[in-house]
Amino acid sequence: MGILEVKGVNKRFGGLQALGNVNLSVAENTVHAIIGPNGAGKSTLLNCLVGKLIPDTGSVMFDGQSVLGRHPHEINQMGISRVFQTPEIFGDLTVLENMMIPCFARRDGSFRMHAFEQFSHERELIDKAMHMLEEVNMAEKKDMHSASMSRGDKRRLEMAMCLVQEPRLLLLDEPTAGMARADTNNTIDLLKEIKQKRDITMCIIEHDMHVVFSLAERITVLAQGTPLVEDTPDKIKGHPKVQEAYLGEAAH
Amino acid sequence: MLGLATKDFVLLLVVAVLCLFAPVLLNPFPETSDLAQFNAGYPDLMQRFVIFGIFAIGFNILFGLTGYLSFGHAAFLGVGSYSVVWMFKLLNYNIVPGLLLSLVVSGLFALAIGYVSLRRSGIYFSILTLAFAQMSFALAYSVLTPITNGETGLQVYGNDPQYLQGDSAPNIPHLFGMTMRATETVEFGPWLWQFNAGYYFCAVVMLIAFYLAIRIFRSPFGMMLRAVKSNQQRMRYTGLNPRPYTLAAFVISGMYAGLAGGLMASMDPLAGAERMQWTASGEVVLMTILGGTGTLIGPVLGAGLIKYLENILSKINDNILHQWFAFMPDGLEDFLVAIVHPFIGKGWHLTLGLVFMAVVIFLPGGLVEGGQRIGRLFGRKKPAEAEAKAAAKTPAE
Repeated sequence: MGILEVKGVNKRFGGLQALGNVNLSVAENTVHAIIGPNGAGKSTLLNCLVGKLIPDTGSVMFDGQSVLGRHPHEINQMGISRVFQTPEIFGDLTVLENMMIPCFARRDGSFRMHAFEQFSHERELIDKAMHMLEEVNMAEKKDMHSASMSRGDKRRLEMAMCLVQEPRLLLLDEPTAGMARADTNNTIDLLKEIKQKRDITMCIIEHDMHVVFSLAERITVLAQGTPLVEDTPDKIKGHPKVQEAYLGEAAH
Repeated sequence: MLGLATKDFVLLLVVAVLCLFAPVLLNPFPETSDLAQFNAGYPDLMQRFVIFGIFAIGFNILFGLTGYLSFGHAAFLGVGSYSVVWMFKLLNYNIVPGLLLSLVVSGLFALAIGYVSLRRSGIYFSILTLAFAQMSFALAYSVLTPITNGETGLQVYGNDPQYLQGDSAPNIPHLFGMTMRATETVEFGPWLWQFNAGYYFCAVVMLIAFYLAIRIFRSPFGMMLRAVKSNQQRMRYTGLNPRPYTLAAFVISGMYAGLAGGLMASMDPLAGAERMQWTASGEVVLMTILGGTGTLIGPVLGAGLIKYLENILSKINDNILHQWFAFMPDGLEDFLVAIVHPFIGKGWHLTLGLVFMAVVIFLPGGLVEGGQRIGRLFGRKKPAEAEAKAAAKTPAE
């Protein structure tokens, strides 16, 4: 029984069957990649996991509890964090302030006023945030205005914001999209390091085969809304169906 | 100091000193000079400066921090005024119960309006708040006449119960016996300074309001509100529901507005429905943007500027203009008067509009940004001079 169990999920947009009978099981403490050509339904599937979309049929269980019908913030509180394809950070805030928001969210869960506490007095949380920033090599940028940073930095900040919440499942939507090769390799190393240091399950949606094969322990191939195969990277590489649906197409 | 960073404490102190000496500072021209009409140091106007300052500070907590643009804040202003006048009618002329009631009532009112309006964001939120405020205005004018006294406006009549009114208590608004109208006039040479009890009471309330606003701005709660403005999507995926935060900000800013309305009625015990009209809601938006959205001192400056223009420009008429330009040849004098005419008197809105446009186009950060630019201008000169000196030294060595 995996930490994330997707069973028989269907999602239709008008006449388009975006997801057709998707079954997926992500084992705890593994890196699971979901690949597939454009329009295969990868992002739709991810949106169904975090509460942005509700599947027409089927079930999504996280750690034995259904996530369906819960609000995104409730799903996050269950222990699922998400890194977006285009970094979603608080652009008006500094890097450290960006980190503080998830720290507060983790501490308080639901709404609390703390209108007369002082930001600078939250020593414990600031230390926690700084520690995480050091892990992603951004400690010296803590007072930078986050909107003015490079895309790679924004992505690292977003990852740090997700990780500081100590999620049990981290969903990454194309974490290396639009990055140069060197940046991509840095991201791969960073993700490996992150994985080593803690018990965390990662679910990665990715286009870049290089990233997928360097990180994933299991791969699910999605094509036209249905899973084709699920296996280890080595087996996937040589799988004829995959060659046809994905790698073959990419080789053109 | 007081739980504030040094910079913020200095700001609070500066505002406090300015408030304390406002009757002197706002009367820079001797009474006998022609420029005396530009003096703003009379009680009525000074009271308005600080009261609208409170209104704008509160509005800025909502608009400046969360980015939710409310077009219905005048409704809270009106509710606050009615609360105070009702306390005058029922209890006595002491302003304390009324102000407390205005806080409670406007808070509840804001809770109800905010709960519904905050289901939408952006322009839809603005329109919803505008609709609620206009509805309140229309109701106050018509159906709710028993409570609001309709077009006449709510005021205290001789046959009102005033259960707690003692025989010796003043028959005008007062704070435990100190009447709001009490004014100490000091003549200093040709200058005339008026120290008014009502003004100082409002100023103290404004300082408290300002202090609370600074605390909110610098608190984790303030940071959450800025996060709401910045990226609600990320906020949700961080496990936070933005709604309670925005609602809390809305209620707080509604209570600020209610307090401002209550103070207005405390200075002049009359509350009319027109205080809730949409133009009043728009005015506070102008004040905040003019002064600097999301800055601490900006809204107060904006409120001051608008109230100054409103009261001073609108008093200038053609006769005064003719006096000013009297030294010129007749034809030129008439020509200049004709040109300036649309900008003064009833036309002061035109001047306000132009000032507003200029600020939004050239100083998007409002008056505060203007101040910062001037500061930087002087700040930049210093390093340049230092460099020049260093350069002058080097060849000698």
